[in-house]
Amino acid sequence: MIYLDHNATTPVRDEVVEAMLPWLGRHYGNPSSVHRAGRLARQAVDEARAAVAALLGAQPAEVIFTSGGTEADNLALQAVQGRDPQILYGSTEHAAVLESVTARARQGVGCVELPVDGQGQIAEQALAERLVANRPQLVSVMWANNESGVIQNVVALGDCAHRHGALMHTDAVQAAGKLEIDFAGLPVDLLSVSAHKINGPKGVGALLARRSVALTPMQHGGGQEGGRRPGTENLAGIVGFGVAARLAAEEFEARRARALQLRGHLEAGLADLPAVHIVGQQAARVSNTTLITVAGFHSEALLMALDRRGIAVASGSACHAGSGRPSHVLLAMGYPEEQAHAAIRISFGEGNTLAEVDAFLASLRDLINMQRPALAPGLLVN
Amino acid sequence: MIYLDYAATTPVRPEVAEAMARCLTVDGHFANPASEHAPGRGVRAVVEQARERFAALVGARPQDIIWTSGATEANNLALLGGAEFYRDRGQRIVLARTEHKSVLDPCRQLASRGWKLDWLDVDEEGLVGPQSLEAAIAEDTVLASCMLVNNETGVIQNVPALARVCEGKQVMIHVDAAQGLGKLPIQCQRWNVAMMSFSAHKLGGPKGAGALYLRSRPPVRVQPLMFGGGQERGLRSGTLPVHQIVGMVRAAELAEAERESEFKRLGALRQMLWDKLSEALPQLEINGAREQQSPHVLNLSFSGVDGEALRADLPGLAVSSGSACTSERAESSYVLRALGRSDALADASLRFSFGRETRAQDLRAAADLVISSVRRLRALSPQWSDAP
Repeated sequence: MIYLDHNATTPVRDEVVEAMLPWLGRHYGNPSSVHRAGRLARQAVDEARAAVAALLGAQPAEVIFTSGGTEADNLALQAVQGRDPQILYGSTEHAAVLESVTARARQGVGCVELPVDGQGQIAEQALAERLVANRPQLVSVMWANNESGVIQNVVALGDCAHRHGALMHTDAVQAAGKLEIDFAGLPVDLLSVSAHKINGPKGVGALLARRSVALTPMQHGGGQEGGRRPGTENLAGIVGFGVAARLAAEEFEARRARALQLRGHLEAGLADLPAVHIVGQQAARVSNTTLITVAGFHSEALLMALDRRGIAVASGSACHAGSGRPSHVLLAMGYPEEQAHAAIRISFGEGNTLAEVDAFLASLRDLINMQRPALAPGLLVN
Repeated sequence: MIYLDYAATTPVRPEVAEAMARCLTVDGHFANPASEHAPGRGVRAVVEQARERFAALVGARPQDIIWTSGATEANNLALLGGAEFYRDRGQRIVLARTEHKSVLDPCRQLASRGWKLDWLDVDEEGLVGPQSLEAAIAEDTVLASCMLVNNETGVIQNVPALARVCEGKQVMIHVDAAQGLGKLPIQCQRWNVAMMSFSAHKLGGPKGAGALYLRSRPPVRVQPLMFGGGQERGLRSGTLPVHQIVGMVRAAELAEAERESEFKRLGALRQMLWDKLSEALPQLEINGAREQQSPHVLNLSFSGVDGEALRADLPGLAVSSGSACTSERAESSYVLRALGRSDALADASLRFSFGRETRAQDLRAAADLVISSVRRLRALSPQWSDAP
């Protein structure tokens, strides 16, 4: 099997599993217990906290462990309080932000979408206009898009938000480990990350939050994570996250170089296929992601055809898989619905090789050639 | 160190860790269960099979199980989510004074939003009487919450009887079964509870995994706490932690297979510890029930000693003064005070809790430590007198 879906999830590294196993074995204290077993567990959580903070250039005290990126995004949006609150959010955000915003809107929070241009980017001017018009408490813009890999200029947008007195949240789930992140120097107040996108375990993530930001917890009871996220800590998961974060920091350059090499090879090969269009190619993108549309194909059909050949890619976000809906990211970028239905995401990671890229290109070329007769008018697959 | 704090958390069993490890690495079930490709579909089948097996263990339908990050989240989803969904029916909740913090705190949160909380007293054994529940239910009561097994005392509530009262009054009952799973046979459907919360790490599973039973027939609904990819039918978004789910179900199955024999074995161990301590130390009181008692907890009050001094004097013994979740705060147990214990006596209490790896020799050694420590501290105490 050729796995080219690392933006959906990544395999956990052996070193991470090895680090987790003692905490699923001989060490088992509850970090809240005051006895020795508990203190040992507390120490392990604190070490992991320091490692996650180090990857992101943050203070350990700014790290709130959560059950994943979705919870971190939801918690971040809880920073909005008081009378007549407003949130500005990007139109290409992950469902964890979009659906959370929708839920906040039902509670009476004013939620205003920020448009993106044809390359998937939010213009500072567009943000500034809405900041003036809406006076929001919070701006939420993802750093790297999970479908297209397109990078927002978080520094410029955050500065702009701060100039207008708004808090800045960024969903950095797809940026962590792929882009340099220095929370200390960023005009960002809240930042979400997830372990399972950086070869750590599922079920653990973190929200970085400046100490000055007032967060209303989403769950209550027990007082863990400074009361901001109660519940017995996912001990082994947090330890695994810590090691995954340390490895991501240590191997940062090597991973980026490797991903760029694989992607360069892929996109050079795609250039020979006229039916293929690369999304956001003029924009800055994270090193491991290519989103394409393939004329004459439906995403699901193409995905399944590749799947039968042992190649795992995505039709967009795994969180929307099987919904039959076109990619909201492509629609927001101005693509017609038909083309938005024809998206395939290739995302590289640990273990991928140039030979796998060649195998993918060969299969795609094959499928396009087989499909060609169907391209006659009236026979379009949709 | 002698670990007698199984009610706080338990060691993960080797079989569980092995099952979990198979869901992590590149040669295992690592894919995202929401993905459409073959690896994703394979992992989705693993999750759904786990759901079916778990449902069978607790007498539920598979579609009634929602995976969460633990019992705290399950309790919050049940109470905050249930209250939000049904708030037009009335804004009143009845709950026992001895509930876990992760039930009390969301209810207090609801109180701050205008909900009325009706507190159920417990008797000196810690039990809630069905009649007192019936009396506490008002016209506009929507929800009731009562735990199956108390985390501090091990007292077992008569959940089927309490559920019948709620059914008659058309109140939805939520049961926190974090300490009950693996200890008692659980029958969600037969007991006719509306919601029930479970935790993995109290029975040899991993921390950070739990589940909420949400009855589908007749239906009980909740508003989600988190939104996103729409996993768990939109009730609990977020990528499913496959290894955690698999670990939880494996642990629950292993515990179920040994449940009856462990219940007997732990009951004998508990009796032995009580016999040893009560023979050596006068004026010892059990905080718990005579009959409706889980054998994995023995909570004792040692009159005439300072609780903090006692715990500080037992560094080789991992026991608890109450719930681990409140152990950072220096206040005496509200659970023991609800049983009628004085502040001083509630403070001078230790919770011994046992599990699968606990052996008689551990308890004998623990008893020796506790006996010498209590004798020493009592001898130093001006308040202490041997005369009862």
